[in-house]
Amino acid sequence: MNNGKTIISIRNVYKRFGNSVTAVDNANFEIAEGEFFALLGPSGCGKTTLLRMLAGFENPSDGEIVIDGQVMEGVDPDKRPVNMVFQSYAVFPHMSVERNVGYGLRVTGVPADETKRRAKEALELVKMDRFAERMPSQLSGGQRQRVALARALVKRPKVLLLDEPLSALDAKLREAMQLELVRLQQSVGITFVIVTHDQDEALSMANRIAVMESGKVRQIAPPAELYEYPNSKFVADFIGKMNLFEGKVAGVDGNQIVVESRGLGRFSVPHSGAAQGEVGIAVRPEKIRLDRDKPPSDRVCLRGRVTELAYYGDESNVFLENETGVTVNVNVANEARKTAAAFVIGDELWLSWNPADTLVLTE
Amino acid sequence: MATDIAVQTPALPAARRKPRPTPLEYGRKRWLQAVMIFNFVFLYFPIVTLIAFSFNDSKRNVTWQGFTLKYYDQAFHNQGLQEAFARSIVIALCSTVVSTAIGAMLGLALYRYRFPLKGPFEGLLYLPIVIPEICMAMAMRSFFGQLDVPLGITTITISHIAFSFPFVAVVVRSRMSGFDESLEEASRDLGASPSQTFFNVTLPYMMPGIIAGALLAFTLSLDDFVITFFTSGPGSTTFPVKIYSMVRQSVTPEVNAASTVLIVLTLTVTIVAMWIQSRSGNKSIAS
Repeated sequence: MNNGKTIISIRNVYKRFGNSVTAVDNANFEIAEGEFFALLGPSGCGKTTLLRMLAGFENPSDGEIVIDGQVMEGVDPDKRPVNMVFQSYAVFPHMSVERNVGYGLRVTGVPADETKRRAKEALELVKMDRFAERMPSQLSGGQRQRVALARALVKRPKVLLLDEPLSALDAKLREAMQLELVRLQQSVGITFVIVTHDQDEALSMANRIAVMESGKVRQIAPPAELYEYPNSKFVADFIGKMNLFEGKVAGVDGNQIVVESRGLGRFSVPHSGAAQGEVGIAVRPEKIRLDRDKPPSDRVCLRGRVTELAYYGDESNVFLENETGVTVNVNVANEARKTAAAFVIGDELWLSWNPADTLVLTE
Repeated sequence: MATDIAVQTPALPAARRKPRPTPLEYGRKRWLQAVMIFNFVFLYFPIVTLIAFSFNDSKRNVTWQGFTLKYYDQAFHNQGLQEAFARSIVIALCSTVVSTAIGAMLGLALYRYRFPLKGPFEGLLYLPIVIPEICMAMAMRSFFGQLDVPLGITTITISHIAFSFPFVAVVVRSRMSGFDESLEEASRDLGASPSQTFFNVTLPYMMPGIIAGALLAFTLSLDDFVITFFTSGPGSTTFPVKIYSMVRQSVTPEVNAASTVLIVLTLTVTIVAMWIQSRSGNKSIAS
C-alpha cells in the first residue's frame, strides 16, 4: 500500500499546557500514504495529544502540521481531511445505527439517496448492515466500535485516526479486531494512525511505530526493528520483556567491542557505531538458552540457580540468580506436550546466548 | 439465613418458626410500622380530607352530609375563579418559557465553562432555592417599588421567572454531568459546524433535562402564593391568591373543589417530570 508519498508531516511540533507541562516536545516525523502507523507509549506520554492535534481538537503551541499538502494551522476539525474513531466510540445515543453512519454526510449536504447508499456500503464493510435500524443502546461494545468505524470511513478520509480503539474490548475480541482492522486498512487503502499503550497491538498491526516517552518521540521503526534493535534503554524496556544490565565498555576489537558487567563478566559483542563508558547491556529472555551441561564457548555463558517459575501455557518464564545476585529472566517455549516442569526451583543451570543477540545501549 | 434455618427444621412449633427480624427488615418491626403509619396520616390526612369534603353536600362543610359534584360545577362557573385560573395558566406558561430558556443556557454554561469566582457564582445561583420565600417576596416588592413599576401580571411573571430558572439550571446541569464530550468532537470531526453540533448532538442530549426543568418551573409558578401575593396588583389575582381570598370569607366545598383541581394538576405535571427524568437516567446508564 505504501507508495512513498507523504500524507502527514509533523514539523517541530510542541504542545505546552500552562507554563510547566510540555505534552508534546519537538515531534518531527512524516507518515506515508497507505501506512498503518502507531503512536505507542505509556499513559501521559503525549500520544493522544499528538493525535488530537492531527484531528484539530488541539492546536500546536509551536511547529507545523501538514496533511495532504495543506498546512493545518487555523483549519477547524470539520474542514480537515481526517476522521477519528474515539476511545469511547462517541456513537450518538439518540440516533439509529444508520443515522449515525450517515451523520457526517447529512451535515455536509450530501443528497439523501447518496447518503443512504454510502451508509449502507460502509455498514457492509464493517459487517453491521443487519443492525442498521438498531439504537446504540441495543449494541455491544464491539458492535458500537464497528459503527464508529463505519461512521468515520463513510467520509472517505485521507487519514483515519484511531484513539485507543481496542482498549474497551475483552482480550479475545481485541485480538480478532486487530486482525480485522489490518484487513480493513488493506481493503480501503486509507492511512491509519492509531494511538495505543498496548505494545502487542502496535507490533501486530502497524507498519511503523513511533515510541513516545514524556512528550518526546524516542524511536520510529518497523515492528521487528523496534523489537530487535531498540535505540535506548527506555524503548528496550517498554517493548516486550528485556534483561537489562548496567555495564561499561572495556575496549574495542575490530568491529567487536568488549563489554564488562559486574554480574556477567567480560565478553565481546558485534557492535557498529561508537560506544564508550557506561552502557546498558540487554538481552531478550527468549534469546537465552538453559542447559544442564556447559554450552559451547562461543556463547556468552553464566551459571545460575532457578529462583522463580511462571507457567503461561505456551511458554514458561524462568527467573535465575547467579552468585553475584544478578537476576536473569529466561523464556522457555513449551514445545512438547507434558505436564512435568523441565526445571524446578533450586536447579543449578547454565545460561547462554549468542553474543550477536546482545544489545549495547548507550542512551 | 433465618428462613434457611426454618426450612431445615420443619418440626419446630409454629410459634417459634417465625424468625426475629434482621436489622435491615425495617418493615417487620412493630414500632417502626407505627411511626410510618403516623407519618402517612400526618402528611396525607389533610389532603384526603380536602379532597373528600369537596364532594360534601353541605354549605358549611363541617360535617359530612352526602355526595355531590355540584361544587365542582359551581367552581367551574365562578367567573372570578375562572379568570384567576386563566391568568395563572398564562403567567405559568410565560414564566416557564423564559425561565427554561435562561435556566437551560445557565445549566449548560455551568457544566461547560470554568471561570473566575465560579464557586461563589453557583452559590448565589442557588440562593432563590434556599432563601425563605417571604424574603424573596419582600425583595421583589421593594425592587419594583423602587423602580416605580406598577404591580400586576408583568411583575408576577418576572418574579416567577426569577425564582424558577435556578431550578431549571440545576436539573439541566445534573443531566449534563453524564454527557460524553467526545460526542461533540465526533460531530465536529464528521464535518458539522458548531451550531449544527449543538442542535444535532448537544440539545437532544439536554432535552430530558430541559423538559423536566420546564415542568418543574410550570408547577412552581402555578401554585406559588407568597411571592405572587406580594407582587400582584389590583385585577391580577392568580388562582392560589383567589382561593385564599375565598377562604377568608368562608370555607365552602367550592374552595375544596378548586384546590382539588390544582392538586391534581400539579401532581400530574410533577409525575410526568419525574418520569421523564428517571427514564432519561436509565437510558444514559444503559448507553
